[in-house]
Amino acid sequence: MATATPSEIRVGAHHEPHLGFLRSYVFSVDHKVIAKQYLGLSLFMALLGGAAAYLIRWQLAWPETYVPGWGYVEPQQYNAIITMHGTIMIFFVAMPFVLGAFGNFLIPLMVGADDMAFPRLNMMSFWTLFVGSAVLIASFFVPAGPAAGGWTAYAPLSARPIYTGVTWGQNLWLIAVAIEFASFLMGGINFLTTALNMRVPGMTLWRLPMLVWTELIAAVLFMLSVGPLIAGAFMLLLDRIAGTSFFVPDKGGDPLLWQHLFWFFGHPEVYVVGLPGFGIMMEIIPVFSRKPLYGYKTIVWGMIAAGVLSFVVWAHHMFVSGIDPRLATPFSITTILISVPFAIIVFSLLVTLWGGKIELTSAMLFAVGGLATFIIGGVTGIFLGSAGLDVYLHGTYFVVAHFHYTLMPLAIFGGFAGLYFWFPKMFGRMMNETLGRIHFLATFICFNCVFIPLFLAGVAGNPRRIYEMSSYDFLKPAQPLHVIATIATLGLLAGQIPFIINFFMSLVRGRKAERNPWHANTLEWCTDSPPPHGNFSQPMVVYRDPYEYGNPDAPKDWMAQNEPPAAPAPLGGGQIRRTGTR
Amino acid sequence: MGASAHAPTAVAAVNDDAFKDIARGRIAVWWFLASEIMVFGGFITCYVLFRYAHGGWEDAARHVNWKLGAVNTVVLLTSSLTMILAHHAVKVGDKQGVKTFLGLTIALGLTFLVIKGFEYHAEFAEGFTPLSGLFWSFYFLMTGLHGLHLLVGIIINLSLLVMALRGTIWACGDRVELGGLYWHFVDVVWIFLFPLLYLT
Ligand SMILES: [Cu+2]
Repeated sequence: MATATPSEIRVGAHHEPHLGFLRSYVFSVDHKVIAKQYLGLSLFMALLGGAAAYLIRWQLAWPETYVPGWGYVEPQQYNAIITMHGTIMIFFVAMPFVLGAFGNFLIPLMVGADDMAFPRLNMMSFWTLFVGSAVLIASFFVPAGPAAGGWTAYAPLSARPIYTGVTWGQNLWLIAVAIEFASFLMGGINFLTTALNMRVPGMTLWRLPMLVWTELIAAVLFMLSVGPLIAGAFMLLLDRIAGTSFFVPDKGGDPLLWQHLFWFFGHPEVYVVGLPGFGIMMEIIPVFSRKPLYGYKTIVWGMIAAGVLSFVVWAHHMFVSGIDPRLATPFSITTILISVPFAIIVFSLLVTLWGGKIELTSAMLFAVGGLATFIIGGVTGIFLGSAGLDVYLHGTYFVVAHFHYTLMPLAIFGGFAGLYFWFPKMFGRMMNETLGRIHFLATFICFNCVFIPLFLAGVAGNPRRIYEMSSYDFLKPAQPLHVIATIATLGLLAGQIPFIINFFMSLVRGRKAERNPWHANTLEWCTDSPPPHGNFSQPMVVYRDPYEYGNPDAPKDWMAQNEPPAAPAPLGGGQIRRTGTR
Repeated sequence: MGASAHAPTAVAAVNDDAFKDIARGRIAVWWFLASEIMVFGGFITCYVLFRYAHGGWEDAARHVNWKLGAVNTVVLLTSSLTMILAHHAVKVGDKQGVKTFLGLTIALGLTFLVIKGFEYHAEFAEGFTPLSGLFWSFYFLMTGLHGLHLLVGIIINLSLLVMALRGTIWACGDRVELGGLYWHFVDVVWIFLFPLLYLT
């Protein structure tokens, strides 16, 4: 805990003391450096996850043919690749991307703080995640290969080595995921404490930028949902190593229990990853529509309602796992109910766009494209929430498509939108807009061409989790759909090349960014690009809401949050409200 | 756009008041405890659901020593009291009291672990291990994790005692409060475990 007096910490930017390479870039406690480390780790892990997608799709379109750059995909390998694709993309790409990178970079800047509340803990969170990633990657190289029981690790498949033939791979998987949980629990302490306790004067809760709200709600949801799964992971590990039988029926254990523990976490986890994606969109869409965000408070309450509801919907993942039909109905109702707050968010964003002066920058394209894509994901979720329909669709590619249509728009489209938007603030240089738009078009078109065919295959009854589909006659008509999806996957992966080029080229050669290139309001735009050590050269004071765009009575079409009221305001003192929690 | 240059002195005053470290520490500890409650809550819920759904646990449960368990409950509750007294001593500036009550808390925590050790020893001697069925798996898992948490609490209190002996504790007196929060949490977990494992 810092022992310096508050005034010492807070007033004025301190200049970076000469710390040497290791302390400045590797074991840095500066939230901006840590955010970039999260970003780098997630983009690296995305390469692994993307390679897994390539192998999966190739095998599904042209079964048991030579995969360029790899060889033949064996059945056991296929199971392992599927498992690793899911695990990597959710836990080691999406979470470090939208929570680790954007949460860390933006929460302190947006509330006007000089850093996170506990900088050393923040550094530890990242390095814990790094260890978790290393353990997961190490599991590729142990005898009998990595985990192959699916990213959900359903028992009893995962509970006894003999069922999948995987020995240490599954143990390391459990350890890696548990370490990852610990990392984000530590990170959450900083998210909450910083957002509650380090806001500058005037930054009331109702003036927090939406991104801060979403990161905050996501962190709390994660903390409240992950505990039982940590307990479960512990029990599963004991089943595997010590020979207990918590999840194995032969000595009275119950495999269904794992599903309950997993999905009690798993459903809120979707929002943990999804809400910050929404938060990014809610920052970007008002800026490039030059209009205030519509329904700020309604959205906040909607997200809180969705968060609460997300704890009582988990059994919709278990409609075909043999749960009591009397239990299925209440879970159907809560599941369909939870679409209401999300409809509110979507409509608020649509109303924000309505009649705005829309400027289609790369960031805006990804935000609006993500929103449009998410609508498809959300609507198909209502299908799956209805227990009767889910019994037919659950085991099919419909679920695969639905899942990707919810998470990719929020975590990946949202994440890319955020990266194009805040890249100037992060690295002090602008990205290339032409390459950005090419990246968007390729990603958007190819993404839809991958997963719309999979919806169709799912409706036709094509089961997921099949390694080699050409040996089933009834699946033959669906094969062309898989070929389309695979070709589109190749396009989707190739579509990331402009991004990679753009990212590295802009890092070195991009045009120098000014403080506020997009004319945005939130506090991070009121300091240098990139911000100095300590973030702000003077203490910030907040006078207004974060989304005052396009006000016809104002002298300009944006009013930064720290812009004092025009008239010698009687509110001058009154608005500087104390916002601490004590 | 420059940063606003309004009333910097007033701003600093507000900051001084609103952003004290103690509040941050408290939020952090509460966050940690909440996540711990969810973990133990997971174990306890699993255990309760299993007992509810499957019969035949009574025979196993009969073999635990409820008398030693009850003694341990009293020991732990007393330790919570001494912890509160230690915190109170910090508040009123009672230098000797801090040392005494922290020492007592540590001693009571160790007493708990010793008694628990005798229980484990007797159970192993009777042939009950974590592999002797689901009740014993849960019993050893939950009491073992609880014991580990208590051990961590003892280590925290030892470090506080060292600070008290050196006299450095007065600079950061809230640490006794934060350590106390954790200690009470470990105590409360036991309050749930004792009836669930020993009395049902
Ligand atoms: Cu769900």
